[in-house]
Amino acid sequence: MTGDYLPCAHVVELLTDYLEGALDPATTARVDAHLFDCEPCTTYLAQLRTTITELGTLPEPTLPADTVIALEAAFRDLHPPHGH
Amino acid sequence: MPGAVLDRTIWAGVVVTERGSRYPGVGMDVQSGPVEAGEENLVDRLRAGDGAAFTRIVRGWSPAMIKVARQYVASHASAEEAVQETWLAVIKGIDRFQGRSSLRTWVFHILANIARRQGTTESRTLTTSPVDDADSGPTVDPNRFRPVGDRWAGGWRAEAAPRSWGPESAALNAEARVVLTAALAELPQRQRMVVELRDVHGLPADEVCGILALSPANQRVLLHRARAKLREQLETYYTGPNEPAVRP
Repeated sequence: MTGDYLPCAHVVELLTDYLEGALDPATTARVDAHLFDCEPCTTYLAQLRTTITELGTLPEPTLPADTVIALEAAFRDLHPPHGH
Repeated sequence: MPGAVLDRTIWAGVVVTERGSRYPGVGMDVQSGPVEAGEENLVDRLRAGDGAAFTRIVRGWSPAMIKVARQYVASHASAEEAVQETWLAVIKGIDRFQGRSSLRTWVFHILANIARRQGTTESRTLTTSPVDDADSGPTVDPNRFRPVGDRWAGGWRAEAAPRSWGPESAALNAEARVVLTAALAELPQRQRMVVELRDVHGLPADEVCGILALSPANQRVLLHRARAKLREQLETYYTGPNEPAVRP
């Protein structure tokens, strides 16, 4: 499948689309086939996944606790629980 | 909370980022209804005065809202104010919510209006970066690949191919996380917003498109560029800068 060869330089640009399921089935199959026997691209993808996972663990600044308490009070005032 | 596991728990039809709780229903403040409950259910709960549901979305969505607001206003404190004001508007307006968008998209829409107005009064100059120069071109240095004319043109050069980050690469060490945080702050604004909303805050693609007014394809381009750059910074930290191509 010489004409079908996806160079690594191209594959690395497709990986977010690949992870998002945004590639058409034929291209997905070509990326799968490439990753199957390309160790560096497999490493690249694993490192991209690690990056994504770690981003999800970074601290997220949120509202101060007293602000949340004030909002909860405002919610209760306007929307008293129904029933009971 | 270093090392906390990120869980994206489907709850009431929205994806809520949970930290420190591995499984839906086991976390500290996870007292949700059935996992498959629809968003209408969430709106109904709010209208019915379900304080736990309200607390949950305030906790779950406010961090990303602060990020979005920060685009428009001059300080973190102003961003917090905009978020607080947004929640007050949501409390007052939930009965009028039409359900034409998702509840979260609606909340972020209110937020954008409030923060924009607040930003104007603070006369913050908004950088309207239409298209970043950094939004085109390859994300990996072309010198790392075999040149045109080579039988394997576009394949990694052996000496420049990505190498393993070592046994701890599955979870980054504390120093690498500092590198990652710094690299995030250095990204062009649009890339940073997309990767923060998607990967840091766990919002789904379609909502990020709605919040930032991006086409799905454009959203993916920005996301990929951001991720590729962050990966590269981590690579530099773990394996040193890549050796320049050997020129004959």
